[in-house]
Parts: sequence; C-alpha cells; structure tokens
Amino acid sequence: MQSAVIVFPGSNCDRDMAVALETVSGKKPHMVWHGDTAFPDQVDVIAIPGGFSYGDYLRSGAMAARSQIIPALVAAAERGTHILGVCNGFQILTEIGLLPGALMRNEKINFICKDAALVVENTGSVFASGYEKGQTINIPVAHHDGNYFADDDMLERLEANGQIAFRYQDRINGSANDIAGITNSNGNVLGMMPHPERAIDLRHGGTDGLDLFRGLFGN
Amino acid sequence: MRVRIFVTLKTGVLDPQGKAIHHALESLDFTGVRDVRAGKLIELEVDADISDSDLENMCEKLLANTVIENYAIEKLLDPVEATS
Repeated sequence: MQSAVIVFPGSNCDRDMAVALETVSGKKPHMVWHGDTAFPDQVDVIAIPGGFSYGDYLRSGAMAARSQIIPALVAAAERGTHILGVCNGFQILTEIGLLPGALMRNEKINFICKDAALVVENTGSVFASGYEKGQTINIPVAHHDGNYFADDDMLERLEANGQIAFRYQDRINGSANDIAGITNSNGNVLGMMPHPERAIDLRHGGTDGLDLFRGLFGN
Repeated sequence: MRVRIFVTLKTGVLDPQGKAIHHALESLDFTGVRDVRAGKLIELEVDADISDSDLENMCEKLLANTVIENYAIEKLLDPVEATS
C-alpha cells in the first residue's frame, strides 16, 4: 500500500510520521508539499503530521486548512482514502471541516508534553482495528491546543455513532468527554492529539503506537 | 477604508486565557472584575467599495472559526472620506 505525508511550513513530525509509515508498510511514503495540487496516484493512506504549521497564526491549523493541497485531500476523503491527522494534523482536519468540533487552548493554558494513557473506545475503524476495545495504551502527547470542543448535540452524535476512537484515561487538557481522537462518520478519517508515530520503537520508550499503523495497513 | 473585525469566543465556550487574565488581575489586587473574555482584533485596509457580503465571507471562511467563535464587523471611515 502507498502512503503520503503532507508537509506544511512549520510541520515538525513529518519525518517521524514517514518513519512510522515505512516501518509498518515497508514502503517509503510520498512527501507531498502543501503547495501541490494533487497526490500521486494509488495513494491509500494520507497522513497530516504534527507541528506548528504557519506558526499557529490566527488559530492552530487555520492557515494550513486553506492550502492548495486541501481540495485534493477533501476529494480523497470522499473517495474513502484513509486519512490520519495527528496533533496539528487533527487541528487542521477540524479547520477543514473533515472532522467536527474544534481544538482549543488547554484548560490550564499549559503546554502538555508527556506520555498519556488512552482508552481504546471503538475499534470499528481501521485505525483502531489493531487494538482491543477497552484496552489502555500509552502514547505521548505534546500540545498547547488539544482541548476538544463540540456542542452537546455533536458530542451526543459522536458517542452514539461510535466515532470516539480514543479517550484520555485522565482529564489532562479539558477535552469534552475526555476525547483524544475521533473519526468521521464513515470511519476513514481519524484525528487524534496523541502521537502514535512517537511510540513505535522500544527506544521511544514504548511501542503502543505500532498497532494503529498495523491496523491501517492491514498487517 | 479601515475595517475592524472582532473575533470573540461564543458564550458557553470556556475561555482559559480570559480566566488566567482574570486571576492575574485579582493577584494585582484589582477588585470588582466579574469576568474576563479574551478575543482578537483584526484590522483590514480595504477598497472603499468592498461589499458587506465579501467581508462576511472573509469572516466565515477564515477569520473566525464559527464552531467556537462569533465575529463583529466595524467599518471605520478614513478621516479624509469622513470630512469630504
């Protein structure tokens, strides 16, 4: 399977993401610049990496969400291509509108950088298919704006549709319903604040992120 | 013409920055402040004939995230235009 990583000015987890994708799929991902207007043919997985695209100007992810590559990303999402947005990638997906809600400043305004315990809530999407429902996994978080917000109706819908893939075990950033990661209603787009690509090697301190990529590539 | 766009968090949306500012004011012994909400002011220098709907579209498409934010548009006439 072929994958691609979108690179924005200010992305800083793009190379970690590429290593994770290559480690599990065995193929180097295409690195796609934000100013491009198309992805290479036959791309099955598109990752939007973490970082501080455009210096978080205006709002985290706001500028990146209006980049030239975005119409091609939206078209890929509609075709059912699997799209993984991590950290700034999650913020960008909400700014585009491919995922509902918004990511606001952390409740206590602090930048949080530590390992976080996540509970796997729904295994219906490929992203979480490598885990057991209810399993606890340790994945690093590193963000300032990870406080997930959606109105009550939307939260109810996310819960009812099983769109909450991962929840924080503890309240770390004020996220509504302790949401750490959600999918779209079709299950082919996942946004999550924690960094699974930083937990794929024992030298990272843990490998709990590996099963996300294994599920994604079906191996 | 100068246009000011005020972007503020919707009521009901928690404003951690406003809260921190409130606490800081209290720690400086200012009393009587009931609540603080922080927002953004964006100033645009635009052609005089720009349409209201263009300004609204700018807010809807980029300047505000309407999931969490409200916006208000204020047009300021240039001093020259105001006197002519």
